[in-house]
Amino acid sequence: MNKNIDTKKIIISNPLKLDCGKEINNFPIAYETYGELNSEKSNAILVFHALTGDQYVSGKNPITNKDGWWSYVVGENKPIDTNKFFVICANVIGGCMGSYGPSTINESTGKQIGTDFPIITINDMVNAQYELIKYLEIEKLFAVVGGSMGGMQVLQFVANFPNKAKLAIPIACTSSHSAQNIAFNELGRQAIMADSKWENGFYSNYKLNPDKGLAVARMAAHITYLSEKGLQEKFGRKLQDRDSLRYGFEADFQIESYLRYQGSVFVDRFDANSYLYITRAMDYFDLSKQYKGNLSDAFKKTKTKFFVISFTSDWLYPTSENREIVIALNSIGADVGFVEIESDKGHDSFLLDVPSFLKTLGDYINSTYKVINERRI
Amino acid sequence: MKEEFNIISNLIEENTRVLDVGCGNGDLMKYLQENKTKDIRGLEISKEKVQNCLSKGLTVIEGNAESDLKQFPKSSFDYVILSQTLQAFLNPELVINELLKVGKKVIVTIPNFGYWRVRLQLLFKGTMPVTENLPHEWYNTPNLHMCTIKDFYNFCSSKNIKIFKSIALKKSRISEINKSNLNYKNLDSHLGIFLIES
Repeated sequence: MNKNIDTKKIIISNPLKLDCGKEINNFPIAYETYGELNSEKSNAILVFHALTGDQYVSGKNPITNKDGWWSYVVGENKPIDTNKFFVICANVIGGCMGSYGPSTINESTGKQIGTDFPIITINDMVNAQYELIKYLEIEKLFAVVGGSMGGMQVLQFVANFPNKAKLAIPIACTSSHSAQNIAFNELGRQAIMADSKWENGFYSNYKLNPDKGLAVARMAAHITYLSEKGLQEKFGRKLQDRDSLRYGFEADFQIESYLRYQGSVFVDRFDANSYLYITRAMDYFDLSKQYKGNLSDAFKKTKTKFFVISFTSDWLYPTSENREIVIALNSIGADVGFVEIESDKGHDSFLLDVPSFLKTLGDYINSTYKVINERRI
Repeated sequence: MKEEFNIISNLIEENTRVLDVGCGNGDLMKYLQENKTKDIRGLEISKEKVQNCLSKGLTVIEGNAESDLKQFPKSSFDYVILSQTLQAFLNPELVINELLKVGKKVIVTIPNFGYWRVRLQLLFKGTMPVTENLPHEWYNTPNLHMCTIKDFYNFCSSKNIKIFKSIALKKSRISEINKSNLNYKNLDSHLGIFLIES
């Protein structure tokens, strides 16, 4: 979706064996960095983005012209202060912001890859991003941080590369996608695939776009990112630009209008096939299964410090699922802190202005950075 | 507070693994981190206090000792500390058992309900005691199971819990508790500190 924008990009020449069995090579990873890497290379933080995020964590996103998706957390004088830290974020493979994905043009045909793109997993995403860290010649990251699908990548990253990060902060996530999570993702995928303009994933060949289906997918998903209380307080039964019901199917209610708007702006920036592939990767995520049913084994080899954060009103990745990660870490004596932050803003809390979250996260990162540096000296 | 921290610190060997149960705002954790060991964790039920601890860079988990101690493996800490919170649990006996499982040694400190100032309030004023150490009124106190130094001492012997060291504190005066001075220490101390093992 960013054909004309000049994004930072590297081509990974090492072949990457995917979980589905296929192998990819010479594929692009698009990324962005913020702040400066210090001379000891000890201040690097790798941020992983969520389902619909991208590499533009902070500042202005050059494609949407809106603030970066984690502007409350990353930036100058923000909790992850770019005056101090070197922040790296890459677009996941399967994405549509410059990394290898279904909208990448196949050089030999001149057409988008579409659904010929291989099925990818969270593990594949993380392994691809590891190549970027190697390219940037960072021996050890200070931290890996991410919320939602970004949190899953944090867990997978530490499991795959136990000595590559001093600190890991998975936020509002899970170690294994639940039936409810899969159900909502399937709903979104079916909405896209039911759109006649989807054309089995080769819509770009016909200059089509399944935007209706993608918008419905986004609307349904958006509800899961909020809380009942948050919705009720913000919208209630308020009417949209009218004094009374119109007895029709227009958007009478503000909540309808809001969801329609969320759907419509989303289709301008996101590729429908990417939505299919990335939600599939999330559904396939089951870290404990990778370790024969014992989640603790995923972290046995690591000395990484963990800080797990959940939110009271998040029903998509509830506290109980975040706690399972804490329990698995505690049972092997790992160094783990945990807090459930009070918030009415649902799963989206990690993206929003939730002061106690921002303060705790920022203070923790900064004091841990200080302690780790002091120890080294 | 400072005396209690100092006594606890003296009971702990250097560079050991410590868990502070009910760690509050992390003052004791901070003190031990500076004086004894870097390897210290905390468990705390109040969100606000957990956030305060994490802000200081302390490794603390939000949780309830009565249900969340189970997740730690047996003997995974050299010392588990329970400072002045035993009386606030619904089931102190269960908590002590959990602590003894998780820790090789356990340090319990108890505000002494047998202290003469406490006894006199009930005896002469006829009201529930309110002291510096026990500042709450009967209707808003978090303390459900108050006990005395003697109660805890007897509890340990009846449950075959080994007492390695028992220390009485009165203001800043420190003394050892033993079988022969138990009645006196129970009357004259505001705090009891016990180092125990199952």
